[in-house]
Amino acid sequence: MKILVCISNVPDTTAKINFTADNKSFDKNGVQYVINPWDEYALTRAIELKEAKGGTVTVLNVGEADTEPNIRKALAIGADDAIRVNAYPKDSFFVAQQIAAIAKENSYDIILMGKESIDYNGFQVHNMVGELLGIPSVTPAFKLDLLDDTTARLEREIEGGKEIVEVKLPFVASAQQPMSEPRIPNMRGIMTARTKPLKVVEPVGAEAKTSIAAYSKPEKKGGVKMIDPENAGELITLLRNEAKVL
Amino acid sequence: MSVLVFVEGLNGEIKNSSLEAASYGSQVATALGATATAVAIGDVNEAALARLGEQGISKVLFDADARLKQFVADAYVAVIAAAAQKENAKVLVFSNTGIGATVGSKLAVRLNGSLATNVTTLPKTEGGTFTVTRSVFSGKAFADVELTADVKIIAVKKNAIDISRNSGNTATVENFSASLADADFAVAPKETVMQDSEGGILLPEAERVVSGGRGLKGPENWHLVEDLAKAIGAATACSKPVSDQDWRPHHEHVGQTGITISPNLYIAIGISGAIQHLAGVNSSKVIVVINKDPEAPFFKAADYGIVGDAFEVVPKLIEAAKALDK
Ligand SMILES: Cc1cc2nc3c(=O)[nH]c(=O)nc-3n(C[C@H](O)[C@H](O)[C@H](O)COP(=O)(O)OP(=O)(O)OC[C@H]3O[C@@H](n4cnc5c(N)ncnc54)[C@H](O)[C@@H]3O)c2cc1C
Ligand SMILES: Nc1ncnc2c1ncn2[C@@H]1O[C@H](COP(=O)(O)O)[C@@H](O)[C@H]1O
Repeated sequence: MKILVCISNVPDTTAKINFTADNKSFDKNGVQYVINPWDEYALTRAIELKEAKGGTVTVLNVGEADTEPNIRKALAIGADDAIRVNAYPKDSFFVAQQIAAIAKENSYDIILMGKESIDYNGFQVHNMVGELLGIPSVTPAFKLDLLDDTTARLEREIEGGKEIVEVKLPFVASAQQPMSEPRIPNMRGIMTARTKPLKVVEPVGAEAKTSIAAYSKPEKKGGVKMIDPENAGELITLLRNEAKVL
Repeated sequence: MSVLVFVEGLNGEIKNSSLEAASYGSQVATALGATATAVAIGDVNEAALARLGEQGISKVLFDADARLKQFVADAYVAVIAAAAQKENAKVLVFSNTGIGATVGSKLAVRLNGSLATNVTTLPKTEGGTFTVTRSVFSGKAFADVELTADVKIIAVKKNAIDISRNSGNTATVENFSASLADADFAVAPKETVMQDSEGGILLPEAERVVSGGRGLKGPENWHLVEDLAKAIGAATACSKPVSDQDWRPHHEHVGQTGITISPNLYIAIGISGAIQHLAGVNSSKVIVVINKDPEAPFFKAADYGIVGDAFEVVPKLIEAAKALDK
């Protein structure tokens, strides 16, 4: 079983979001980067499947050299090897084409991603990759099991319920909680991660189809109006007559 | 040239998020001097489709194929692609649901188009460019994104666009079918399990949401959340530790690692307001926080607040809400 896990390098979930003075780019100053939280569910499930059935787990990131600490972290958690496509991830379509190009070269049985990146929040790349490769994409899935060597059973969240889907390998899936219990790298993992292969490849020629012109931040709230707990019912009156939401 | 809007049905009616997408699509069409057509698939009744005229839609292409009553991604993509070709659509509009973003992503590849999901504004089209604003960094920021390809695909975030209610126009509904291959059904669900959602309000579609956190102490106290929700016609939600401990099902968990919602009203009871929680709810129009700790960070993001014990405050709210004339 050959599994590819695509990981995105994103600001920590507690990071304060700021932009450069011209509002054209994200200000990385003082920001700690992590593996996209959803991608960790994908990574741990891939490692669990490998532990149960044998095979390899390769992690893939499309990014510049500064993403390598988190690629090494994925190796420390238990991936076997890694590929970094040496390019700034211009947009989802660009990233999807890079992932598809790597996948075409290596014929993976399963390609796992996260549900969405918490910086770009696209919910795009997995379905684009499925479409580019002409294979099923099941997303977002919160359960993934192999029925045998050729078929997987996934549970996918839909609005108001869930769907059970069986697909033939190869396929793409995106992960969400509670697909697995993310792991913290142990000392041995961290030591061996240093010697595991991390291959850097140049991107294939691909166009981005969107470009970010400027960033902005939401307007600050006008301040909170406090209501006396003794007269809590007044809140309901305010919500109807002042806020007009009831 | 036309603008094509995909509308999703729910129990025969059209989802509110799709009415918003329809309103968005017809406003784009007006700005571009084009017409707005909708495409609907599966389980929607024709009367509801005709009412899309109220949103400025002139014509609806309706594929009533019984195999498409449930969502099958590739088959839906094939139908919408055929509709886009028939209408010579250069702008395709979806609502930013799981279904909308999924078919949007696939169509972006198939039609070689530019895609923006989580879109919160109408496009700016000065100087021949086409730029929309989308929510990024889990609601902590916005990005103005230029769509540079010939075909533009937009998934509109819930509650960013008002549904129009003024015109009495009706849309004409035309039967439409695309030729579908067996391969389009390769990922058809084997089984679909719906939750028994009380009152039938889906969390992502809800206009109002009442949410509970660890401050409620245990699942046995959730009647407070449920009764308040029922009294104001809201869906229920929860914080991550609440679903982690199985006090509530996972699909109710909102936040960075749960679902993102943007209702008109979000009432948070016994939730501290951690940044990861706020990420899922901060684009709600009005936020109410009930917490016994005046220092709880959530108050900084709130419009209305009550410092007090949920076990005393919430029953009063339920009583006041029940007394409202509907
Ligand atoms: C990577 C990552 C991702 C995360 N993703 C999410 C996410 O998606 N969603 C999410 O919610 N969290 C998420 N978290 C967790 C988040 O950091 C907080 O731990 C969590 O939101 C806290 O939940 P809570 O507010 O219910 O509980 P607590 O922080 O324990 O707060 C309980 C609150 O209840 C109040 N309270 C207690 N008793 C009463 C009473 N009787 N009446 C009124 N108020 C009372 C307390 O004052 C307190 O403010 C994530 C964390 C990490 C690290
Ligand atoms: N630069 C990247 N490199 C590798 N994988 C990525 C990258 N960006 C996004 N992904 C994957 O695609 C998923 C969905 O991302 P998005 O469409 O941006 O929300 C993420 O959870 C990752 O698994």
